[in-house]
Amino acid sequence: MSLEYAAAGAAPETTADDMIRCESLTKAFRSLDGKGETLALVDFTLSVRRNEFITILGPSGCGKSTLLYMVAGFERPTRGRLLVDGQPVTGPSPERGMVFQEYALFPWLRIRDNIAYGLRQRGVPKARRREVVAELLELIGLSSFADYYPNQLSGGMKQRVALARVLANDPKLLLLDEPFGALDELRRTALQDELLRIWEAHRKTALFITHSIEEAIVLGDRIVVMSAHPGRITTIVDVPLGRPRDRSSDEFNAIRRVVTQALKEGAAASGSPAALDA
Amino acid sequence: MAGVLEQAGLASAEAPAVEAEPVRRRLPWQYVVVPLAVVILWEVAVQVGWVKASLVPAPHTVLTAWYVWIFGGGPATPYTGTWLTAATSSASRVLTGFAIAAVVGVVVGLATGWFLLPRMLLQPLIDLLRPIPVTAWVPFVVVFFGIQPAASISLIALGAFFPIALNAAAGAARTPRVLVRSAQMLGTPKHAMLWEVVFPSALPSIVSGLRVGLALAWVLVIVSEMVAVKSGLGFSLWDAYYFSRIDIIVAAMFSVGILGYVSDQILQLFARRVTRWASDVA
Repeated sequence: MSLEYAAAGAAPETTADDMIRCESLTKAFRSLDGKGETLALVDFTLSVRRNEFITILGPSGCGKSTLLYMVAGFERPTRGRLLVDGQPVTGPSPERGMVFQEYALFPWLRIRDNIAYGLRQRGVPKARRREVVAELLELIGLSSFADYYPNQLSGGMKQRVALARVLANDPKLLLLDEPFGALDELRRTALQDELLRIWEAHRKTALFITHSIEEAIVLGDRIVVMSAHPGRITTIVDVPLGRPRDRSSDEFNAIRRVVTQALKEGAAASGSPAALDA
Repeated sequence: MAGVLEQAGLASAEAPAVEAEPVRRRLPWQYVVVPLAVVILWEVAVQVGWVKASLVPAPHTVLTAWYVWIFGGGPATPYTGTWLTAATSSASRVLTGFAIAAVVGVVVGLATGWFLLPRMLLQPLIDLLRPIPVTAWVPFVVVFFGIQPAASISLIALGAFFPIALNAAAGAARTPRVLVRSAQMLGTPKHAMLWEVVFPSALPSIVSGLRVGLALAWVLVIVSEMVAVKSGLGFSLWDAYYFSRIDIIVAAMFSVGILGYVSDQILQLFARRVTRWASDVA
């Protein structure tokens, strides 16, 4: 396969199994005074296999959201190359579904219409839309809330709707930007389990941003640990545990120690310039 | 539906913030007591002679005059059974002028609030005209249209346009970026963004603009009928002044107040329907 791709003139190092390919991705923003620039993300290189679940862990200011927004197509990289399924990203697309931390449901649409929104935009007939919506409502356990408005639901319920709304488009890629960040511990854990259940059923490539170490280990096949100022990869940690994962097992805690250590090292490495800034 | 409500009640782990239907109660006396006291004090003040009846007519005098104005009876005067004609002329001018302002105002407001080119083209003109008090347009409008209902309607449309357009523009400009991105990522075509996201997002703001515009429409119908039209409640009001019919002046004032209140209630009834999603915030 890869030989054929090379012969066809595609990037020779790209294998057919790579869903996302980031090569030296760099994003610079103009600083507020307009003179200099701030590096949000530097030399981010990562290949994500098809159906792989990647968690990206780092402190605020490490560029993890910037990365996600570039993959989603909301932001353009300043330098470097970004391929999704072999194609360069040129803008937002229903093939790359995003779940935002602030839910971003349309408050004027009922739950069923929020979930059907993408299908309606793509001209899917009404009968089919109704089928898909019923299926997804079942999947997220909110069938009896179909006619509610988003403001009538709790944060956890809203985030489940946001996930269903994205799944309705059957995207190649799931992008999740700290989706459970605003929830309390109990609901957060419940939703992590639920997300895994849904992910097992639908099998998508997923990029999941978080600043919770435990969340990163519970969900990810691999954890990309990042450091801030400027945002860059510290290390990538494999999680060779089967799911569901026991959060209190020795293996889990061993990985927790490795990840914690990596975060500390990353903070120390970027510590001196940050201290000078302050 | 009953099943849904039951489910909502049973979902205790993640109970949604659903407000119960407000229970319909009788009007509490606290709402009535001050207006009633004012009317009684007013009546007493006139009867006892604290104020001259020729300057301030007693409530019962106003009510009698108002009754005759509406239903007729007694000697024929300009204020015998003519109320309905006057009220409907005023109301129809308000409605026409307001409808024009609403359509043009919302379209222009959304366009200037959302798109760069319309904003660059239209905003300077809007900013230039807006500080002119609408009442300052009266002489111009009378010269242009003559003593005609069109003068009144155009004044109302002009006056109501600004609050409606500005509120629609502010609403459009405040469309949350995350909702726009959300819509993009779900496959909304560029040309559909205004209708699918910007307009519904701006609706609460549009509604407040419409309410301000409607209130202004009633102000302007009275002003314009006093000078530019020979019919309607504003004309009656001013004409009664020449005939020293102070009772009619007061009755006309309250007539306008009541019509303004009723029209606002009707507008709110429609508004609540389209912005129900926003009022459900817990």
